[in-house]
Amino acid sequence: MRIGIGLRMYYAAVTIVLVILFSIPFLWMISASFKTQVEILSSDKWLAFGAEFKNYLMVFKEYDFITFIRNSFVVGTASTLASLALGLPAAYAVAKYRMGLFSLTVLVAKILPGITYLVPWYILFNELHLIDTFAALILSHIVIGLPFIMWVMIPFFESFPAEVEESAWMDGCSKMRTFAMIVLPVSVPGIVTSSLLSFIFSWNNFMFSLILSGEKTKPLPLAVYNFISGTSIEWGALMAAACIITLPVLLLSLVMQKYIVSGLSAGAVKG
Amino acid sequence: MSSTWIDRNIKWIFSLPAVIFILVMVAFPIAYTVRISLYEWSMSASTPPKWVGLGNYAGLLTGDRFWASVGRTFFHTGVSIVIETILGILIAVLVSRKFKGQKTTKTLLMLPMVATPVSISLVWLLIYEPSIGLANQILKALSLKPLPWLGSVDLVLPSLILVDVWQWTPMIVLIVVAGLTTLPTDPYESASVDGATAAQKFFHITLPLLMPTILTAVILRLIDLLKTFDTIYATTQGGPNYASETLNIMVFNEAFTYFKFGSASALMMLFFLLIMVVIIALIALKKRLGGLH
Repeated sequence: MRIGIGLRMYYAAVTIVLVILFSIPFLWMISASFKTQVEILSSDKWLAFGAEFKNYLMVFKEYDFITFIRNSFVVGTASTLASLALGLPAAYAVAKYRMGLFSLTVLVAKILPGITYLVPWYILFNELHLIDTFAALILSHIVIGLPFIMWVMIPFFESFPAEVEESAWMDGCSKMRTFAMIVLPVSVPGIVTSSLLSFIFSWNNFMFSLILSGEKTKPLPLAVYNFISGTSIEWGALMAAACIITLPVLLLSLVMQKYIVSGLSAGAVKG
Repeated sequence: MSSTWIDRNIKWIFSLPAVIFILVMVAFPIAYTVRISLYEWSMSASTPPKWVGLGNYAGLLTGDRFWASVGRTFFHTGVSIVIETILGILIAVLVSRKFKGQKTTKTLLMLPMVATPVSISLVWLLIYEPSIGLANQILKALSLKPLPWLGSVDLVLPSLILVDVWQWTPMIVLIVVAGLTTLPTDPYESASVDGATAAQKFFHITLPLLMPTILTAVILRLIDLLKTFDTIYATTQGGPNYASETLNIMVFNEAFTYFKFGSASALMMLFFLLIMVVIIALIALKKRLGGLH
């Protein structure tokens, strides 16, 4: 479609304004993370680098952020790996053997509000003394990761040509071996997409950690949230913490942009 | 070729671990929730759970707090979804035309939805801060009166809707952009021959063809909107004076602030029913309008 130069300028201007509007909170967060409390309060300067990295140093020195980052990594990685171990074979079975009821159950688990399981989990984990253990957090995060992995992988496995598997079976390759040696290697893009999403959802999870974690297992979102429970808020340090927690997922999404977008809109276009 | 036991039962070997996990972690807790919704049970009290039948449900349905919370949930969800859908479609049409920096634009638009919700909430907490926040600085620059964004009973929900629109309109954009790339080109060509304007093409070709995609995007967004938790809890915890207490927040507060597990579980079941009704209605609508592919 050919459009005039005036119209093109107009579209460009609107697009730029939109991008700025959607970026402002991020820019505000970054600029505030480099300011001192006084500079934020006086608010006459947008960019004041007087505080430099003081806020960041403070977050690491006084609040033991290394531990929280480690906790989040442990939970995110373990729950993603477990979700893959459970979800990949299950998604394959659903795709190849048309287990409609099972895939519906997974969908329901994705639709249900997380709070529906949180109360019984809390009662149960409390009885079993599992509150504030990694086991409780990892188990709860698998419930987020597993449906996502199946959600992305079922259509992926469905589109895998059946003839390829059948010829492998004819050659005497067992079904387990065919899955591991032929289907999985071809499915790496789907596996990357679903693992990334599973990890990001675990990294970002707040509600489950709020109840199931404690001093020993506190993950990042909860640690950052606890900053505001004090009487006076150290805004600079708070924004530095917000930057630290957001940075890994932002970098991951930038590098793996193609995968993230396809994963987030998976199934949406096909309906 | 003799097939082994493993090969014959591969379907179950592959699916059973996941099935068992879901039964233990999801189905059993839901059944347990139904059960405790019939008891009066406070974890903090030393009295044992007491059977009250449907008493918890009756208490909720006759009380004001539940209905106020239902109203707020519908308000927050309804207003957000309308704004996000209209804005999302417009932005999608705008960014799906080819231009320099298209990829960068799409990347920047994707950031709000992958960023950690808690840090997003904290940034907005600072933006809405009455004396130093960006929101009131902008108002001051425009010589307008500053507003108590999250601090006022009337303003808190609109302020939270603005956060949701900022964070999740990009999701509608992404899905609609993906849908736009699959549209056929022939209708546009014949419309051009007939001399249709851009607006006519948009309303008579693009929108009808996109309907199934748009409805899917709306359903996905609605499911999540009804359950909004992180941004509301991390900014207001449902306050001030319950003014931002949606159903999800109310369940959480009943369960983990007051430890009234019985009544919280009954509330959860009502919340769950509401979500199912909305989703079934939407899927039926989608079947009638767009057809499931």
